[in-house]
Amino acid sequence: MAEPKSYSFDTLSLHAGQVPDTQYGARATPIYLTTSFVFKSPDQAAELFNMERGGHLYSRISNPTNAVLEERIAALEGGVGAIATASGQAALHLAIVTLMDGGSHIVASRALYGGSHNLLEYTLPRFGIATTFVDPRDLAAWRAAIRPETRLLFGETLGNPGLDVLDIPSVAEIAHEHQVPLLVDATFTTPYLQRPLDLGADLVYHSATKFLGGHGIAIGGLLVDGGVFDWEASGKFPTLTEPYAGFHGMDFAEETPIAAFQFRARREGLRDFGACMSPMTAFQILQGIETLPLRMARHVENARKVVAHLVAHAAVANVAYPELPGHPDHALAQKLLPKGCGSVFSFTLKGGRQAGKKFIEALRVFSHLANVGDAKSLVIHPASTTHFRMPDEAMVAAGIHPGTIRLSVGLEDADDLVEDLNRGLAAALKA
Amino acid sequence: MELSVNDHNTFVYTGGKPFSADIPTVVFIHGAQQDHSCWLLQSRWFAHHGYGVLAPDLPGHGRSDGTPLTSVEALADWIVALLDDLGIQRAGLIGHSMGSMIALDAASRHAARVAAIALIATSVPMPVSPALLGAAKDDEPRAMNMVNVWSHSPHGHNGLCAVPGIWMYAANLRLMQRQKPGVMHIDLAACNAYARGSDATAQVRCPTLVLAGARDQMTSPKVARSLASSIAGAKLVMLEGAGHAMMTEEPDKVLDTLRDFFTANLAAAS
Repeated sequence: MAEPKSYSFDTLSLHAGQVPDTQYGARATPIYLTTSFVFKSPDQAAELFNMERGGHLYSRISNPTNAVLEERIAALEGGVGAIATASGQAALHLAIVTLMDGGSHIVASRALYGGSHNLLEYTLPRFGIATTFVDPRDLAAWRAAIRPETRLLFGETLGNPGLDVLDIPSVAEIAHEHQVPLLVDATFTTPYLQRPLDLGADLVYHSATKFLGGHGIAIGGLLVDGGVFDWEASGKFPTLTEPYAGFHGMDFAEETPIAAFQFRARREGLRDFGACMSPMTAFQILQGIETLPLRMARHVENARKVVAHLVAHAAVANVAYPELPGHPDHALAQKLLPKGCGSVFSFTLKGGRQAGKKFIEALRVFSHLANVGDAKSLVIHPASTTHFRMPDEAMVAAGIHPGTIRLSVGLEDADDLVEDLNRGLAAALKA
Repeated sequence: MELSVNDHNTFVYTGGKPFSADIPTVVFIHGAQQDHSCWLLQSRWFAHHGYGVLAPDLPGHGRSDGTPLTSVEALADWIVALLDDLGIQRAGLIGHSMGSMIALDAASRHAARVAAIALIATSVPMPVSPALLGAAKDDEPRAMNMVNVWSHSPHGHNGLCAVPGIWMYAANLRLMQRQKPGVMHIDLAACNAYARGSDATAQVRCPTLVLAGARDQMTSPKVARSLASSIAGAKLVMLEGAGHAMMTEEPDKVLDTLRDFFTANLAAAS
């Protein structure tokens, strides 16, 4: 007997969460650009509001187009469900506020996207939530930073910008020893390269703005619930395991032990904080996800060619790409990221800050802007943009030097990209 | 709520409202390797529309202590013990898959205690393939994968859950993965061994609903149709396109069918 199986990744990228529209047979996902949904009757309205039936009420809380996107990313990540948010930052915020109150504590990798770092370091302390930052490679530091009030461990699959590979199985084990979940930002890898939930993470989020969309036209976030963490057994998450006066006294873990997190996140977090995704954005990101497997394979192929060229160039001091034998996480990357380490990485020019500026000015194909994961190749000089608020010492500690350049290698012809980089490298040598 | 049944702590979901024994009671009985939450999209409605809802985690399942009971008859007796503990003389029983056999058996041997039964995704007998039984014994992840694949209709494999954002394929798998090791084989062996089917169907006198999915690969709709014809006065409802996991694939149709059936046969408190 052939082993029964459901659809594979590439098929789910195209079909998960959607069947042809039953009214008109539309093959593409319809865009339900509506704020609200007409009730069939007063009774049905009451049933929806009281969660006696599933359905849509108001597009801040849910929308049919968004729901397709949510199911699709959940399917690709292997989660029980997902929530579409206004941005990746909104997804991170939603995860945190669903899990904890003032007085709580987070242990986070210090190799984070600058926006995430800002939220944890400067903004959340105003609301009584403190964060301890640790070297993501130092497992003892993760363990040592955990306090009685710790409610979350958090890191990026590939740390920004040095591409520190998060040892998800080991960090998840530490989290679970202390009955707290591990949240992972998987923006740089997408589920095509790695599925953090399979490795032990409990929650995953994406800036869907990046590779999932791929086109660079829409800002959005996606928060995926793995459905494995036992909130009841942990005893540390009253938002999920005790009656919530704000929603009919609902005990979310009692209603559904596997989807308690995302039920609370939607019924409270989207409802009250309101950082929802537009249905138009959901449609645009869906169009990107349809080709995610094809694009990610090409991103990785091009990145490898660019990395090989940079490593051999006289203007380059070093390249931080985990597939290189000299990268500190080379062995871990081979184990956890066998399909590739993505196409966002940094390299450092020998000439420092001035060389960095000359390099960028000489480029024609790479676009100088603050984004990654576009189909088009992108470049940025972190010291003068994304990390400009960080003191030099903190930047160096996070692996960023004055001459560090971050590339997001796109889908153009790899030879054209190499030629463009050669222009910049020649300019850098003259700086 | 939690209570002791046969000396074991038992978790019973009551639909989001405190349970009252003063109004008609309906008991939702989950299937193999499941817990009360499989009834999320049906039980809450009943609790808020004039019924006292009991959706227990069967012994050894979900949050309930004890070890899983090894026969359908023992599980049927356990349901009656649950009613005894709460002082309930008669109740409607709703069962899914293994739970449907429990409801049927209870209705046949404890007729005075059962007002009506709804048998969802049912088959009597319920033979379990040697391949699945063997996997449940020796390789639970493989068995769960088999059950999950077979539990969803072609439509269900694409998703489109009524609850926004839920990927029901993984949700069903996670729910199975939450059960303790060894539970699955005990449950499936109990299904496979149940031999009272013919006697039970002949003995049932209470109003009976058989709710089948036309695309059910776990429990054949043909067998469900035959079962309905063998129970006096039974009503058959066939949901086109639905698979075994019809409570999540077609939650509103399942709920509406149950609502109509119990409105006619066990009226809600006004």
